[in-house]
Amino acid sequence: MSNRRPYVRSMDGWWKRDAYFIRYMAREITAVFVALYAIVLLFGVVRLSQGEAAFNGWLQYLKTPWMLVFHVIVLAVFCYHTWSWFNIMPKTMPIMFVGGKRLQPGVITGTGLAASVIACLAVLFIVRGMS
Amino acid sequence: MKRSNEPIFWSLFGAGGMLAALIGPALVFITGIAVPFGLVFKPDTMSYAHMLALSQSWAGKIFILAVIALFLWHAAHRIHILLHDFGIHAVTAVRILCYGSAFAGTVVAAYTLLTIKP
Repeated sequence: MSNRRPYVRSMDGWWKRDAYFIRYMAREITAVFVALYAIVLLFGVVRLSQGEAAFNGWLQYLKTPWMLVFHVIVLAVFCYHTWSWFNIMPKTMPIMFVGGKRLQPGVITGTGLAASVIACLAVLFIVRGMS
Repeated sequence: MKRSNEPIFWSLFGAGGMLAALIGPALVFITGIAVPFGLVFKPDTMSYAHMLALSQSWAGKIFILAVIALFLWHAAHRIHILLHDFGIHAVTAVRILCYGSAFAGTVVAAYTLLTIKP
């Protein structure tokens, strides 16, 4: 080992250096909320299997103010996830050609967002029709 | 060359991300806001009887498992990379923790759904 102590630039807070990195972090951090929401649903399924009283307890828990705040935040994060997911899709999906021309990024993002709106509306209508 | 297992995890990540992007906002609105607070939908939309009926059908079981498991795998993949971004470089430990949690959640969800008999 030599006694040299070369300057190594710290990587702390690297993602705050650039708006591009901040957007990257915002996009990736949505995963934490996706996981939390999945855990809430997982609890619901487990309580469902334990009978009516247990499941009603879970339903009551959803009605607490903190869970409302939590779900409002999760909803906002999911909307951001949808937007960012299709925003990066031109880079994450294989290159597609339509009629000999490369599909433009705006078309891919727009199609994805339109599909999301339709899918969400479909889910809302199906659930409203049920029960 | 050793075959990479990355495509498996990336596929689960992609499938979960796509499912969340397509119907995630609607699901959160229904289960977290509208039904618990009596908006838009009938108050008994998520009643025990209705949710039991849903989880007794194979289509319902598959849908519930797909949402929970794919969301977990999607999140696990991103969080495992995030931890690296924040300077945690114990790659194997982080992978086992993240993918292991997703795997555990998947097993619990699948087992629980299978125990709900028609």
